[in-house]
Amino acid sequence: MATKVTMPQLGESVTEGTINQWLVKEGDFVRKYDTLCEVTTDKVNAEVPSAYEGTITEIIAREGETVEVGGFICSIAEAGVEDQPSNHQPSNHQANGSVEETETRQNKDVPKAENMKKRYSPAVLKLAREHEIDLERVQGTGRGGRITRKDLLRLIESGAVPKKEPLPIQEDHPASNASHPSTGTHHATARDDRPQTETPSQTRGAQFKQAVFAPSAIDSEKMPSLSDEDELVSVSNVRKAIAQRMVKSKQEIPHAWTMVEVDATNLVQYRDKIKDTFKRKEGISLTFLPFFIKAVVEALKEYPPMNAQWAGDQIVLKKAINISVAVATEEALYVPVIHQADRKSIAGLAHAVNDLVHRTKTGRLRQEDVQGGTFTVNNTGTFGSVLSEPVINHPQAAIISVEKIVQRPVIIDGMIAVRHMVNLCLSFDHRILDGLIVLRFLDSVKRKVETFGEGTGLY
Amino acid sequence: MAEITYIQAVNHALREEMERDEKVFVLGEDVGKKGGVFRATEGLYEQFGESRALDTPLSESAIAGVAVGASLYGLRPVAEMQFADFIMTAINQIVNEAAKMRYRSNNDWFCPLVVRAPYGAGVHGGLYHSQSIEAMFNSVPGLKIVAPSTPYDVKGLLKASIRSDDPILFLEHKRCYRLIKGEVPDEDYTVPIGKAEVKREGTDVTVISYGLMLHHALEAAEKLAKENISTHILDLRTLYPLDQDAIVEAAAKTGKVLLLNEDNREGGLLGEVAAVIAEKAFFELDAPIQRLTAPDIPAAPYALPLEKFFMPDKDQIERAIRELAEF
Repeated sequence: MATKVTMPQLGESVTEGTINQWLVKEGDFVRKYDTLCEVTTDKVNAEVPSAYEGTITEIIAREGETVEVGGFICSIAEAGVEDQPSNHQPSNHQANGSVEETETRQNKDVPKAENMKKRYSPAVLKLAREHEIDLERVQGTGRGGRITRKDLLRLIESGAVPKKEPLPIQEDHPASNASHPSTGTHHATARDDRPQTETPSQTRGAQFKQAVFAPSAIDSEKMPSLSDEDELVSVSNVRKAIAQRMVKSKQEIPHAWTMVEVDATNLVQYRDKIKDTFKRKEGISLTFLPFFIKAVVEALKEYPPMNAQWAGDQIVLKKAINISVAVATEEALYVPVIHQADRKSIAGLAHAVNDLVHRTKTGRLRQEDVQGGTFTVNNTGTFGSVLSEPVINHPQAAIISVEKIVQRPVIIDGMIAVRHMVNLCLSFDHRILDGLIVLRFLDSVKRKVETFGEGTGLY
Repeated sequence: MAEITYIQAVNHALREEMERDEKVFVLGEDVGKKGGVFRATEGLYEQFGESRALDTPLSESAIAGVAVGASLYGLRPVAEMQFADFIMTAINQIVNEAAKMRYRSNNDWFCPLVVRAPYGAGVHGGLYHSQSIEAMFNSVPGLKIVAPSTPYDVKGLLKASIRSDDPILFLEHKRCYRLIKGEVPDEDYTVPIGKAEVKREGTDVTVISYGLMLHHALEAAEKLAKENISTHILDLRTLYPLDQDAIVEAAAKTGKVLLLNEDNREGGLLGEVAAVIAEKAFFELDAPIQRLTAPDIPAAPYALPLEKFFMPDKDQIERAIRELAEF
């Protein structure tokens, strides 16, 4: 009997995927792990491997079709599993078909009015969006129970608007306990405080819900008044995801901000000296970014609260130091992750950054590349910025931006000198962190950067 | 302030404008000595003489043509078509000459003329005395169409039309002539061309209409108010160009729109009104836009029961409003 293949969960907050291309066709024989199709989501492009060995019997989702996670995309007749009589499936289909038919016929017999409950007029949809009204919970007074514009106006005036609210999070996840015994405490936290911590299956559920409801939060923004020359651009999935995350971060996290000035003169001279050799040896350019990541990573080890997450009445100190790096493309901003960044040398970090940038720009980020970040380094200096106020990459505790290194007159020991100066800007979650520890952390980063120079080991 | 009839408002406006400006004169069939078949020009011949209340031959083409020529010489003719139905032979003068004069002469020449035309059914007039002609003219840039429904608007709009420097087709509903009375101020005033007016404020259903049908709608609204159905009524007043802002505003007021006139349905003016609403107020709509019109048959029949069948009446309007209110 054919086994149905479903759309996999491709990332924490991903709810659906679009079939980009089928690499198999009906009748093809596939081995386990063979690629079935390429799928695009708002986060990643991924290939869907086969979990079975067998013959493709039916391709259900067409190319370009968007299927929600768990939705059927194709069927595979598994090799070695005894085949059911081949007419079984079609007869089933027929049965289904006839059931549907009788249903529609019945619907036709039902007075037309019965169908009006979910017939929403443009005016009703607009009001529902503006006031975040859950239409499912409104009793309509129009014909056949239709919700009229006046029904909504009355509700809005009375103030008793049934708001859209997230469904309750499922309480029990025995699977996550079993597979992550070591994160038991975190798990408990997650359970109490819902979406904050990262026990995988727990958050997956939570974020799934949030993803379902978040777009409506964005949609609910009032349509600005338009003039004739204005142009409306539809929002891509990536843009939606960015918008959703930015709003979430700004709404949930009380941002505080600070900045330090760092003298990078020695680093600039050192890098100028070794960059050609490095390029020759490693095949990639040596930028300043790996040095700054290195300094940040080492400082994070000294100040664990910087590498943390807010979880309601508890704070999760993340053991792993996974550095998210902001990578901009023409149309969007991605934050792929260097996992275990504390275990990498400066050269190793250079390679990691180079690899992530390359894969971001060619659209080849994998699911794991965009997950698990604990702290973000934002290289705003690349674009010439000398001061920025970064938005924290939720649910992390802080984000640092490395600004452009510029030559400036500074006073050293009562004398004016021309030095290569760089601003390090930091936004932090003021629930977790206070200025004192943040500035100690920044001072540590500063001292590290300032000591980079002749003799700093790259490996 | 005095209460006068619709046709008295026409008469007063003509007289006052002729007194105010000696360039103003009326011409048409029987408009002089007889004072018009409806008595719209009564007393003008006596007061202003035969040169300013001009009886013409039975030739609408000539009436319109003389008006075009006179207007080019700087006079302000008010030409009467005895019945709007007869205007067809004058279309060339009105559409090809008057309406296009300013455009054709690069703004050197223009036609400050008014063509008055009694239109509409409900007077047992049969084929040649009952037609609505607005749809024939509502796609002619350069020609404005005015169709007031109350004595106040008749007087103010006719004065504004006579003072306008461009040709105006002034449609007077002949059933309204003696049926509709209203307060009109004694002092001089005009009503702006191109502006619709809300004739009744309401919250459940919007009716957009003009002429006689507007009065039927007002009566139906009065009756429906007792059932707690609140009707918002917009009087278009100018049919071309349409007051789009007022239409959109009125449609948005309730989200449920009934368009009402007594012209044939397909290709009629109301289709244009519906298009404006669909284009500019789509997200305010709470129900499909509805039209209540005369059927698509060649003309209002002569037989009384058939004429009654032809014209939307108060009961039909009431039903249509209730349908929308309950939707």
